[in-house]
Amino acid sequence: MVLCLFGTCLFCSAVLGGVYALTKEPIEQTNAKILQTAVGQVLLRNADGTDIKEGTAILEAPDVLEMDGKSYEYYTQVENDKPVAYAIKSTVVGFGGPLTLMVGISADRKLVLNTSVLAHSETPGLGAKCTSDEKFMSQWKGLQLESTKLEVQKPVKDGIDAITASTITSKAYTSAVANALAAFDKIVAGQTVSENAEEAVLEETNNVEQEVENE
Amino acid sequence: MSKFGLITKGLVKDNPTFVLLLGMCPTLATTTSAMNGLSMGLATLFVLVLSNMAISALAPAVPDKVHIPVYIVVIATFVTVLQFLMQAFVPDIYATLGLFIPLIVVNCIVLGRAEAFANKNSVVDSALDGIGVGLGFTCSLTVLGAVREILGSLSVFGWKIPGTGDGMLAFVMAPGAFIALGYLMVLFNKFLAKK
Amino acid sequence: MEILIIIVSAIFVNNIVLAQFLGICPYLGVSNKLSTATGMSAAVAFVITLATLVTYLLNQYLLVPNQLEFLQTIAFILVIAALVQMVEIVLKKISPALYQALGIFLPLITTNCAVLGVAITVVTKEFTFGDASKMLNLGEALIYAFATALGYGLAMILFAGLREHLALNDVPKSFKGIPIALITVGILALAFMGFAGIA
Repeated sequence: MVLCLFGTCLFCSAVLGGVYALTKEPIEQTNAKILQTAVGQVLLRNADGTDIKEGTAILEAPDVLEMDGKSYEYYTQVENDKPVAYAIKSTVVGFGGPLTLMVGISADRKLVLNTSVLAHSETPGLGAKCTSDEKFMSQWKGLQLESTKLEVQKPVKDGIDAITASTITSKAYTSAVANALAAFDKIVAGQTVSENAEEAVLEETNNVEQEVENE
Repeated sequence: MSKFGLITKGLVKDNPTFVLLLGMCPTLATTTSAMNGLSMGLATLFVLVLSNMAISALAPAVPDKVHIPVYIVVIATFVTVLQFLMQAFVPDIYATLGLFIPLIVVNCIVLGRAEAFANKNSVVDSALDGIGVGLGFTCSLTVLGAVREILGSLSVFGWKIPGTGDGMLAFVMAPGAFIALGYLMVLFNKFLAKK
Repeated sequence: MEILIIIVSAIFVNNIVLAQFLGICPYLGVSNKLSTATGMSAAVAFVITLATLVTYLLNQYLLVPNQLEFLQTIAFILVIAALVQMVEIVLKKISPALYQALGIFLPLITTNCAVLGVAITVVTKEFTFGDASKMLNLGEALIYAFATALGYGLAMILFAGLREHLALNDVPKSFKGIPIALITVGILALAFMGFAGIA
């Protein structure tokens, strides 16, 4: 009797281990695909919505920035050795739980290229509309940062129009973009610093080499 | 009972939702739209058919005293397999249904069919029984989901009825689930009484 | 402060029956009378808290270190089933009076999805406090489990009171039994929606 129960447990665990090993790779691929699609959505488009290079987002391991106790993963789009845009992953607390966005920001800090929801637990039919409401989503596409305030306004003057009956979600969404923008500032600032640091190191090695030569 | 009868009885006569009142939790929780209801129904159908088949094959070898734990282990195995498959191939639906996929383990329909049917019938009959009950469950969930979607967000399977505004939001949220199911049961009872 | 948020949100805002739809079957099944409803609530509170303790430790110290998270569902349900059996045996020996009161409800609890639901929730879901979210530690998980069970009891006892009155009224034939009960729960859930946003 005990043997039967034990045997069943052992057999089932073995089966599960096998299925787990088999599906592990497809699951990882699917997750990578989701990330790739999101980055593709926010990076590879011009402000007018035309594709720059469809499907050429090649993802390597993301860089990570730590800021205010949160970590932001980000991907850089490089053209002619210069960063042209950043895709920054930003998580805030929405109405039902964590809300994770991918936010694309142009390197000149003029445009939010686009946003894409990676994960959310908002109320179906209300806050969950942040993934389907055309009117709400379209205002993030090519949003002019110089002329638009990142705040939910009623009535809308120069800010963001909320999803009907889902103000909390809309506010959380907006603050996720604002956080991504703050992270962007820090990334850009950090890069100039690290470039200077590299130059300093380079100069130092040159000096050492010269000294060696002098001897 | 004929093979055909096995498949069709779950739709009306032994409908798991409206007549047997089984599996209420996923019925209420996942029917925010017709599509979600349909997905949850099919997920349950998958587990039901496989566990029915496995249990009817195993039943003669399982001592009576431990049969419930053994059945639960078998069901839990299929549920976990389903979790992996959904994560790999339909991640969106998996994210929407969330907690209610692992909770298929404690869905009384699955253990109920194992106890009431699968352990004393052949593998083929058990599979058909699983399909029948699973289809009945899927239909009820889809209907409830469709009703809530139409009332709550004025759309059908995600297709927005043109020229309409917002629906009665309460129907997408928790209270609407109870009320919609209550009234659907009333209609079902009326329909059965007329027959 | 965080503990207060956990308690208020588990009892009122995210009430396990009226907002999360867990444990509906026994909720509809044994809420006919106030006395059975109270007994069932007490048994559920006991088992949910105990099961959360055991499954949390099992997950933390056995499954995660050995990378066996994929056995979560199967391990949790087995542990819960075994636990319920054990509670039943121990209770019979130690406190026959308590066993008399709770005994008949215990076998029903294994298939109460509230127990497995809470056990899975505390080890997989991040909880939100203000504008940050994190996983619960063991103490917080236990408080959450117990508060959830209190919420279950609250919903159960309120509903049992309503149903006792309902039984005395003349209800149309097609509405008799479960349909009118469901509609009543719906109205109760509507009332609980008023708590949304306070946590």
